[in-house]
Amino acid sequence: MSAAPNLFAQQAKNRRQTAAWIAFFVLFFAWLGFGGDAALYLGSIDADGQAHYTVPWMGIVVTVIASLVAWNSWSRGPKRVLWSTGAVELTTPRSLEEKQLLNVVEEMAIAAGIPRPKVYLVNDPDPNAFATGHGPETASIAVTSGLVQALNREELQAVVGHEMAHIRNLDVRLMTMIAALVGVIVVLSDGMGRMLRGGGGRGVGALLGGRGKKSGGGALMLVILALWLVTLLLAPLISRLMAMAISRNREYLADATGVQLTRNPAALAAALQKIEASETPTTSIKGGAAHLCIADPLGRSANLKEGRLADLFGTHPPMAKRITILRGMAYQQAKTAGLEA
Amino acid sequence: MVPLILVFVVVAIWVVVAYNGLIALKNQTVNAWKQIDVQLKRRHDLIPNLVSTVKGSMEFEKETLQAVVDARSKAMAGGGGVKDTAAAEGALSGALGKLFVVMEQYPDLKSSQNVRDLQEELSSTENKIAFARQLYNDVATSYNTKQQQFPTNLVAGLAKAQVAELWEIEDQAERAVPQVDLSLKPKPQA
Repeated sequence: MSAAPNLFAQQAKNRRQTAAWIAFFVLFFAWLGFGGDAALYLGSIDADGQAHYTVPWMGIVVTVIASLVAWNSWSRGPKRVLWSTGAVELTTPRSLEEKQLLNVVEEMAIAAGIPRPKVYLVNDPDPNAFATGHGPETASIAVTSGLVQALNREELQAVVGHEMAHIRNLDVRLMTMIAALVGVIVVLSDGMGRMLRGGGGRGVGALLGGRGKKSGGGALMLVILALWLVTLLLAPLISRLMAMAISRNREYLADATGVQLTRNPAALAAALQKIEASETPTTSIKGGAAHLCIADPLGRSANLKEGRLADLFGTHPPMAKRITILRGMAYQQAKTAGLEA
Repeated sequence: MVPLILVFVVVAIWVVVAYNGLIALKNQTVNAWKQIDVQLKRRHDLIPNLVSTVKGSMEFEKETLQAVVDARSKAMAGGGGVKDTAAAEGALSGALGKLFVVMEQYPDLKSSQNVRDLQEELSSTENKIAFARQLYNDVATSYNTKQQQFPTNLVAGLAKAQVAELWEIEDQAERAVPQVDLSLKPKPQA
C-alpha cells in the first residue's frame, strides 16, 4: 500500500535531477566557450594595457551551436534510437505471441496508471528490451523477438513492468536529456580540440609568444588556458562516466518499481536469469541505446562482476546482485502471504 | 501587525494547497474506479463469445457453463457500490477460473486457434481488472490516509472528502486461486 507515494517521490526526484543536469551543462558550456574567450582576452592585452580581443566570439558560437545540437537530439532522440535498432511498431498482432505482448503492455500501463506506450519489435534473437521517449504520453517500449520467444507470459510481464517503471518514474526523460547533452559535449570538445591542433595551434602559439612582450594578465591567462584545455580533454570521459552512474542507479529502482506493479518479484528474477543465460550480444542494439536496455546489450563483463571497475564502467549493475535482491523480495512476499493466510 | 498578516498568508496558502491536493486525489480515485469499470464491461462483452464457442464441444459441462452465464448476468445487474460489485465480479472470476480448468481437459478446444485467442483475451482482461483494482486500492488508500491525517483532516470537510471504499477480495476461494501460467510455449531447456 505504500507503493503510490514511493512512485511519486521518485518522479519528483527525477524531475529535479533533470533540471540539475541542464543547469550543470549550461555552466559547463559557458566555461567551455567563455573560458577560452577569457584566455584570449588576457592574452591580447598589449604592453599599453589595451585589449584587442573584446567580443567573446567563442562563447557566443559555442552557446548557439550547443543549444541547437542539444535541442535537435533531445527532440529527435527517441525516434533515432528506435530507428537505429530497426524497431518496427506493433499495431496489428499477427500471432498469439504478439497479441500477448500487446496485452501485457496494456496490463502494465493500467497498473502504472499511465496511457499505453507504443510497442515496438526488434528483430533480434537475443532477449532484451528498452524504453524511450520524453514522458509517459509519448513513450515507447521496444522488445526483441528473442525476448518474446524465450520468456513465458509472467516473465514477459515482469520485464515490461520494469520498462513501464522507467517510463512512469520519468527515467526515460532524464536519459534522453542526458544522451543529448553528453552527445553535445563529445561533439564540441572533439571539434574544438581539432581546431586547436590545426589552425588554432598558431593562435595558441601566438598567445604564448606574445606573453613575453608584456606582463599584465600573463600568469592568470596561463592558468585559465591550462584549466580550459584539461576540461576540454576530460569532458567527454567525465560526462560519460556520470551518465553511466545515473543509468546504473536507475536499474535497481526500476526493478523495485516494476515489482510494485506486477507484485511478482520471482518472475522478474527468472526473466533476468534467462536474459543473462544467453550470452550473445544483442547486435541490433548499438552502444547509443545501451543505457536504456534491461540488460547490457554488449554483454560486457563489467556488468557481470562486482568491484570498482564494474561500479565505474558498467551501464548496468551486476546481474547476480539484481537477481539476489529480487529473490529476497520474493521470499519476503511469500513469508507475509503465509502469515496472512 | 505585519507578523499577523504573514501568519494569515501562510495559513491561507496552506489551506489552498491542502485542499487542491485532496481534490486531486479524489479525482484520481474516481478515475481509477472508472478504469476498473471499463475492464469489467470488456469482460462482460467477451463471455458470450467464449460460451458460444465452447458450447458445442462441452456438452457434458453444462453446469460449469451455466454458472458462468449466471454469474455474468448477476454481475451486470449489480448495483454501483464497491462492495456489491466486488462480490459479484469475484464470483464471476471464480466461475471463469473453473471453466478454464475444465477446458484444459478438452484437447480439441485447446488446439483451436479461436479458443486460444479468446482465452488469451479473457485472461488478459482478468489481469487488467486485477491491476486496475490494485491501482484503485493504492490511490484510494493514499486518499483515505490524506483526509484522515492531521492537519489535512481540517480541510477534509471543505473538500467534501469521504473515505473511499477499498475493493477487497471477500471470497476465500478466489483468494486461494493460484496464478495460472497461461503462456502457450514450453519452457526452454537451456
